[in-house]
Amino acid sequence: MTAVAPPLLEVGALETRFSTDAGLVHAVDGLSFSVNRGDTLALVGESGCGKSVTALSILRLVPDPPGRVTGGEILFEGHDLLKLSGREMRRIRGGEISMIFQDPMTSLNPVLTVGDQISEAIRTHERCTHRSAWRRCVELLDLVRIPDPHRRVHDYPHRLSGGMRQRVMIAMAVACAPKLLIADEPTTALDVTIQAQVLGLLDRLKRELGMTVLLITHDLGVVAEWANRVVVMYAGNKAEEGPVDNLFEQPLHPYTEGLLEAIPHAGRLHYTKAPLHEISGTVPTLIAPAARCRFAERCAKAIDICHRQAPGPFRPATGREVSCFVAERDLA
Amino acid sequence: MRRLREFWRRYRRNVLAVAAFGVLLVVVAMAVFADLLYPKGPWEMVTRPFLWPGDRAQHLLGSDMLGRDVMAGIVHGSRVSLLIGVVATAVAFIIGILVGATAGYFRGSVDDILMRFTEIFQTIPPFMFLIVLVAIFKPSVTTITLAIGIVSWPTLARLVRSEFLTLRERDFVQAGFVIGMSNTRIILTQILPNALPPVIVTSSVIVATAIINESALSFLGLGDPNLMSWGTMIGAGRQVLRNAWYLTALPGIAILLTVLALNIAGDGLNDALNPRLKSG
Repeated sequence: MTAVAPPLLEVGALETRFSTDAGLVHAVDGLSFSVNRGDTLALVGESGCGKSVTALSILRLVPDPPGRVTGGEILFEGHDLLKLSGREMRRIRGGEISMIFQDPMTSLNPVLTVGDQISEAIRTHERCTHRSAWRRCVELLDLVRIPDPHRRVHDYPHRLSGGMRQRVMIAMAVACAPKLLIADEPTTALDVTIQAQVLGLLDRLKRELGMTVLLITHDLGVVAEWANRVVVMYAGNKAEEGPVDNLFEQPLHPYTEGLLEAIPHAGRLHYTKAPLHEISGTVPTLIAPAARCRFAERCAKAIDICHRQAPGPFRPATGREVSCFVAERDLA
Repeated sequence: MRRLREFWRRYRRNVLAVAAFGVLLVVVAMAVFADLLYPKGPWEMVTRPFLWPGDRAQHLLGSDMLGRDVMAGIVHGSRVSLLIGVVATAVAFIIGILVGATAGYFRGSVDDILMRFTEIFQTIPPFMFLIVLVAIFKPSVTTITLAIGIVSWPTLARLVRSEFLTLRERDFVQAGFVIGMSNTRIILTQILPNALPPVIVTSSVIVATAIINESALSFLGLGDPNLMSWGTMIGAGRQVLRNAWYLTALPGIAILLTVLALNIAGDGLNDALNPRLKSG
């Protein structure tokens, strides 16, 4: 056996809070996970569970005010990103960790040509001439499989389709060969066929450029196909973590079970009278959450202790982790 | 070059704006070739006084009470008007963008301080302020230009600020942060190019206002006494308004046409630069 390499990214007890008129929102509350080199880790959860805030916290781009990372550590290659200076952090952003956004329609600057934008990204981190940056642009467009890159570099974003724009965004994000790529719902704004193409592209780039991917999504289909590890988030906490196959086959947390059951399966979806499964209730408010399991109110299996105490992480097998008293009792 | 041609293609759609552009070209040509057209300058007494327009072919627009050629005055006056109009706007443009961009980008207390400062300027009636400034410093082209620039920048600052406030929230600016751009770089390469179109349009109107302001100052006798400007001519003609109204009317028409042309051209620019109207 080879020695276990240290993870590329280790998030420990991360706390990000937003002060609002209604009170302090604990958007991310003690979240810990790590991403190994070469992995694609999916961060899954419903809207508002803190997925995107986690991503922004890693890049230290949480809008301040009102948001702030109030605790925890984010170790990237052993260095705590939360302790870096603004200048060092700028070197990390784009150079070491890059991110692509949900909506490619608004993420490109409408008044700059595609080439200008990508070369701007390159020149942010590397000293090079305009000519060579421009040559790199053409290569990058070719890398993300944009046909006719020599002509496309001169185009303005409004001439490109959504899928092409997302490819341009990806080209920009990988321009400086980052080690970690955060993809925040990269395909939500795209239609299904383009989705598969874009995710396939990400997967190929990951292998060709030796990147690690943190994939943020709420689409379990995407997770099943493209990720190898999954972290399920609920209300700012980690509910469960595991390798993708294992977790899908044998979910430990009632929330994950609920999510998996809510997926419409072929054959069960069409022309049946049975309603789709849903997880009843709504996400609890994250303003001053009480010390108890946050899922307890919606959980069919909840027992006494769930309402009195917050569950800690429980590791039933290597690589698996769950925060649930019921699972802990059943597996112990 | 390619962008320029595309810009012209869109600008061309507005016929009136093209006409206005023509008028402006004529004014610029007058300013550039003034010395060739009237090498003796506007102050030279070349014929008998009070020659009415059309009376003599070589002095097409007649002469004033001292026998100076009115046409020479208008041609040379265009230099002063354009110079002051453009340079004053450039001054306002620079101050306005610096203040507006800083306030809109950094927001918070920076914004508060800069905007209160801007409001101080806005509470003083601009023309009064202009007269005070010119009266304090001796009237010369430089002081008049700077003074007009100083009274004009708040409009631009507010406009730039509001553009920055909205653009700052856009995803592509966030994308700029994500790839590690510095604040200056984001301001210059991401936000400013998007904020410029409305600013350029407003600037064309500010050039027009600056020309009017300069004329008004000259009319009141607060202009640079060594320069023949359109306002100076109107001011001088005022005393003989009843028997030689053309001495006031002709430079007045010059001002009117130039200012009108600038405003219409501004409209045309708006149409041509507005990204929503851009097509393929």
